[in-house]
Amino acid sequence: MSNQIIQGILLGGYYALIACGLSFMFSVMRIINLAHGSLAVFAAFALWWLASRFHISPFVGLLIVLPLMAAIGWALQRFLLERSARGGALLPILTTFGLAIVIDNMLFEQFGADTRSLAPYIGSLSYDSWEWPGSIYVGKLAVIMFASAVILLGGLQLFLTRTRLGRSIRATSEDPDTAGLVGVDARRANAIAAAIAMVTVGLAGAFLGMRATFDPYAGAPQLLFAFEAAVIGGAGSLWGTLIGGIVLALAQTLGAQVHPQGFLIGGHAIFLIVLFVRLSASGLGLRGLLRLPSRSAS
Amino acid sequence: MSLLSVEDLVVRHGLLQAVRGVSFSIERGETLALVGANGAGKTTLLRAIAGAHQPAAGRVLLDGADLTNVPSHRRVGMGIALVPEGRKLFVQMTVEENLLLGKTAGRAGDWSVDRVLEMFPNLKPRRHARTGHLSGGEQQATAIGRALMSNPDVLLLDEVSLGLSPLVVDRVYAALQGLIASGTTIILVEQDLNRALSVSDRVICMLEGRVALEGSSKAVSRDEVTKAYFGLHRKSPGSVPA
Amino acid sequence: MSAASPSPIIERGTATSRIAAIAVVIIIALLATAPQFLSAGAVDRMTALFIYVILAAMWNALAGFGGLVSVGQQVFFGLGAYFAIRLADAGLNPFASLFVSAVIVGIVSWPLSLFMLRLRNGEFAIGMWVIAALTHLLVNLDRLVQGETGTSLISLNVYDAGTRRTVIYWLALASMTALLAILFGLLRGSTGAAIRAIRDNEDAAASVGVRVTGTKRLLFVLAALGIGIAGALWLATSITFQPKTYFNVQWTAYMIFMVLVGGIGTFEGAILGALVFFLIETWFGGTGVWYLVGLGATAVLFSLFLPRGLWGTVEERFGLHLLPVGYRVRLPGNPATALGDDAPLPRQTTQHQEKA
Repeated sequence: MSNQIIQGILLGGYYALIACGLSFMFSVMRIINLAHGSLAVFAAFALWWLASRFHISPFVGLLIVLPLMAAIGWALQRFLLERSARGGALLPILTTFGLAIVIDNMLFEQFGADTRSLAPYIGSLSYDSWEWPGSIYVGKLAVIMFASAVILLGGLQLFLTRTRLGRSIRATSEDPDTAGLVGVDARRANAIAAAIAMVTVGLAGAFLGMRATFDPYAGAPQLLFAFEAAVIGGAGSLWGTLIGGIVLALAQTLGAQVHPQGFLIGGHAIFLIVLFVRLSASGLGLRGLLRLPSRSAS
Repeated sequence: MSLLSVEDLVVRHGLLQAVRGVSFSIERGETLALVGANGAGKTTLLRAIAGAHQPAAGRVLLDGADLTNVPSHRRVGMGIALVPEGRKLFVQMTVEENLLLGKTAGRAGDWSVDRVLEMFPNLKPRRHARTGHLSGGEQQATAIGRALMSNPDVLLLDEVSLGLSPLVVDRVYAALQGLIASGTTIILVEQDLNRALSVSDRVICMLEGRVALEGSSKAVSRDEVTKAYFGLHRKSPGSVPA
Repeated sequence: MSAASPSPIIERGTATSRIAAIAVVIIIALLATAPQFLSAGAVDRMTALFIYVILAAMWNALAGFGGLVSVGQQVFFGLGAYFAIRLADAGLNPFASLFVSAVIVGIVSWPLSLFMLRLRNGEFAIGMWVIAALTHLLVNLDRLVQGETGTSLISLNVYDAGTRRTVIYWLALASMTALLAILFGLLRGSTGAAIRAIRDNEDAAASVGVRVTGTKRLLFVLAALGIGIAGALWLATSITFQPKTYFNVQWTAYMIFMVLVGGIGTFEGAILGALVFFLIETWFGGTGVWYLVGLGATAVLFSLFLPRGLWGTVEERFGLHLLPVGYRVRLPGNPATALGDDAPLPRQTTQHQEKA
């Protein structure tokens, strides 16, 4: 059992990775990007394509894919989200949902319905494990994934609090109008934030591909995982995302113990339970579930 | 040449015309007070100069260069800084972070966090406190400091005494006197007529979006300004009966 | 300027709208007799069209009028079909079970609304998606459904194919007409003013005493009921029930496409959008993936460049109102001008009221 708990905690690292981009983008631009999961799957396919076609290891492939994702994030903000956000809070939901449909089906058109995995391209890493005291085996990949999540979240936190650009992004997220009045180019700050968010999505896509299989329509479940982890951990910090990811993964692990099909049910159930408790506790005045990561600053 | 001039500026909020054809200019080192009743268009005028509102017609010129289509963040880089009404601090961020944000435009000058803290010693112990937790006076000091950090040529101050106790207002104005003495060009909106007249070189009284009275602060009488303020004046320059 | 001008006329319809009302009645009558003239395939396609109109109108009621964008409306579509299967399995007449099922969906949606309506914007959107995903998984657990293998509405087979087809056609037509009539009535009644106030500015509506949550709940339950009927009817036309097909997010994608293209927040727009979707599906549905890419891309383009949709744009450009749900102020000698288009109008209306 303790073995499963540790596996669950490590899986939480993946959920934190995929969730942090979603909540980061929401906190800065107030947009929930429904194409989030599809973009992660896109990154996984890009790495798979590089590996199967050109024999580029997925880890090296990231050097190509992550800058590409950053460019996509920048373009996404400049050409799609910025324009649609001007039409109110509801329009970006529709725009990004339409984008998700386009991405999913383009991937299907290009790569077909087969499930793929990056596992064959990372050598023994996909199955190697360390033995911990108490005959607990932990996969090396799972540990790397968890460590990456911690480093990424910590790095983002430092970036937001310690750098001029980070402060500009936080100022824009708080009040774009006033940010302009103190000299911050809010459009640029948003585009950079979107680029950063997409880099985290690219990383999450890489780990998705390494630890499991994916197909062109795998984006929707990833979006739901990201959203659930972000909401569960929404106590107001990037680290909350990590806790949210771990809680989600543990609930799924527990669900799988109860029933063979209980893995996903457990995850959705814990999300709804947390939501219910939080809504009951906060009364009607709840303004939002996802909050600023910058609130944890200092 | 005037440092800053505004020509026939018209600014709308939807259907409402808040500023209806205002023109004036200000020389380097001058202090101009904008007075007028609530809704006279003072705040909108300042925000249009700072670039937060796109005017429907007219121009804003800085050193003869047309700024009308320049976005607000670039105007900061060109030397215009606004201390907005209601202070508009980033409340999730600390005093120091708010001040450092003022440096974003990267204009050369001597303003630094330490110098702002010297000017407003009450901020010193609050340096790492979030501005959401500050008193009104401390918040106002931070807002002014944030604008100064951009080393502006023109400082726009919108109702800096609003909501502050008289004692704190005195302190804020004492600090402003230092700025004025150092030759900073200032446009300030102030509800308190006496204070506006005493601190400024020139005064403009606005009424329903138009300039109802303009004159040297030393030459105009309080009575004249009050009449313009309430629209009781006759045949003042620029005024049209509503 | 206003003292001499005659009183303005406040009206609910226009000459065009009265003609349109008569046309609606004629169209429905024609559609009701259509199975006599149409081929079997055409009857099936028309049934599909009616279901699309229901889906579009219901999603529009929720998003366009209630300001609630949901990406999980497939939950009601799936539940409508699932409950029908269950009811028919329990021995209820299959046609009756279609509607009883929809009523159950409506009842289920009420407690759900207590919970979900407290989420905002994007959170509500994905929250509904989570509900749909969870419901899908739970339905899979039902032994009767046999997981993704699915099951069928077998009891419908006692009717011969011709009767079945025609009855389902009529049921779909009647459901569509009834749901549209309910929605139209709601929008024209006292709730309608509240709905439009919420659509335009939720906070302001709340501050003048509009029952925001109650109104939204009404729309949420109506949309659930309507989409439940659509799901049950779809089951009746296709007989087989596979959870994966019914709980597919694609249904919501279709709804969004129809409403975005037709014109979000306009009564006629949703119907127009369903027609457009129906035609596109008829012409391009066979192209498979590219068809779906096209739908997604069109939705993106409309949301970016024509957010008011086809009908919204027509309405704006030409002032055309076929099925008006609002009030219009018309000044004699001045062709119909919508209230608020220029400043002097409200003042004149006020004077008129003072005289009255």
